[in-house]
Amino acid sequence: MIRISGLRKSYGRAVAVADVSFEVFAGEIFGLVGPNGAGKTTTMECVEGVRAIDGGSVTVLDLDPARDVYALQPRIGVQLQQSQLQKRITVWEAMHLWAALYQRPVAEGERLLEQLGLGDKRDAWFVTLSGGQQQRLFIALALVNDPDVVFLDELTTGLDPQARRAIWDLVRGIRARGKTVFLTTHLMEEAERLCDRVAIMDRGRVIDVDTPARLVARHCPERAVVVATDAADAAALFRSVAGVVTVTENDGRYTITARNDDLTTAVIQCVSAHGLRVTEFRSITPTLEDVFLALTGHSIRD
Amino acid sequence: MRGLWQLTWLELKIFLREPMGAFGTLAVPVLAFLGASLVGQSLAPARFAGSQFARVGLPVLAATLMATSAVLSLMTIVSIYREAGILKRLRATPLRPQAILLAHVLVKLLLTGATLALLMLAGKRYYAVGQAVPFVSFAVALLFSTASILSLGFVLASLVPTARFAQPLGAAVLYPMIGVSGLFFPIDVLPPALQTVAHVLPITRAVSLLQGIWLGEPWLAHTSDVAVLAVTAVACTALSAKIFRWE
Repeated sequence: MIRISGLRKSYGRAVAVADVSFEVFAGEIFGLVGPNGAGKTTTMECVEGVRAIDGGSVTVLDLDPARDVYALQPRIGVQLQQSQLQKRITVWEAMHLWAALYQRPVAEGERLLEQLGLGDKRDAWFVTLSGGQQQRLFIALALVNDPDVVFLDELTTGLDPQARRAIWDLVRGIRARGKTVFLTTHLMEEAERLCDRVAIMDRGRVIDVDTPARLVARHCPERAVVVATDAADAAALFRSVAGVVTVTENDGRYTITARNDDLTTAVIQCVSAHGLRVTEFRSITPTLEDVFLALTGHSIRD
Repeated sequence: MRGLWQLTWLELKIFLREPMGAFGTLAVPVLAFLGASLVGQSLAPARFAGSQFARVGLPVLAATLMATSAVLSLMTIVSIYREAGILKRLRATPLRPQAILLAHVLVKLLLTGATLALLMLAGKRYYAVGQAVPFVSFAVALLFSTASILSLGFVLASLVPTARFAQPLGAAVLYPMIGVSGLFFPIDVLPPALQTVAHVLPITRAVSLLQGIWLGEPWLAHTSDVAVLAVTAVACTALSAKIFRWE
């Protein structure tokens, strides 16, 4: 669907994208994740044909977005970061304009508004919509031409958790229609829950690309189990569990770490074999956030 | 130019939804024109009606202000749209970049035409300076002048850093141009260097063209005005195609 190889882009002397290569496959939700300023939006805009590239190559649907932008546009749907519409344009006016621009029947646009829960907002001015409603309108506009690939740039930034979850469901719905979704986010939780595969990006470079689970397994193999027990010899018992690296105790709560996925099973077996009385049991799995820290040496929130 | 008409119509509706914008564009020039003429007519009816100011000065001043306010409004809208990412969003659709900007030009020309029509109607009813005026020619001259100055507006809009500066920067450039345009005093009282500058400024040429046409002179007597305005339009359009910023 999308193939990027050695992409470079600078603004004056500031290098936004230094070296980016990855591929997006048909039918997946692909996430470009990284902190603000990592070059995610620039990368995406080069793929959309909104921005000219300095070096490398980009192919979308076998088209060159820089050269064939007018051939590409009808086949892609775009939601730009932090863009707005005219304050006093109504929801249905925007939808009608978009339908006309893409030469689509207006009825399809109306149906999209209904599907995205904007049916009763069709006469409202853009400026009166909530953040979540504005984003839903932008999703509707991105879908009006029934595109093969949908680009979503920082879709849920600024939304409350409830609106964010609703948008995630919509994005899964886009995938369910057989579309490919390419999104950017600086929210690791969003990437982890929503994306089939992610590219981790920092300072203009892609550091690694894979499914969230495999990235975690590859870069953060540490697992931890927290057990609260009042058994006197617990520390010694846990240390004897196969593969355990460290056991630390704090007020009757033991944190047991190892570098393999079997830790949880092994600790459960140990607890049951020795008949320990356990008041709390929790396993801690690293997240993409930990992967980012391990890969870049700094937190994504810095 | 797919979408040009839809966008023009939409932008016109959106503009009219802004109460102050619509009032300022359509009503203020007409009210100012009527106010000035009422003061003149009530103070000294005979002297007012016979004055150069009443015969041509006031109508041309009103027309020039209409053109200028159209340009200022265009600059403001374009810079607000740029700042809010609206231009960028529209550009990511199949709309051609020229169509996005041309829609705004058409809206401004439509509104200028409508304001002029209102002014003429009000003038017929309340303006007691009886003289035959070639309305159609005057309207064409005004729209042509406005279009030329609008192209300058796009160049200025490219230079405006943020939307807040659009109005002040536009005023700082355009109002002095009106000052030396010959509307208020003859250009030949200016120092020679400034005279040369004044003669190539589009507003000076617009004023000269509008005055001539209002007084019934033929277009052929104003070919140099038309030429300067046309050159301004072509040069500024070409320049803004190079330097216009979409974001």
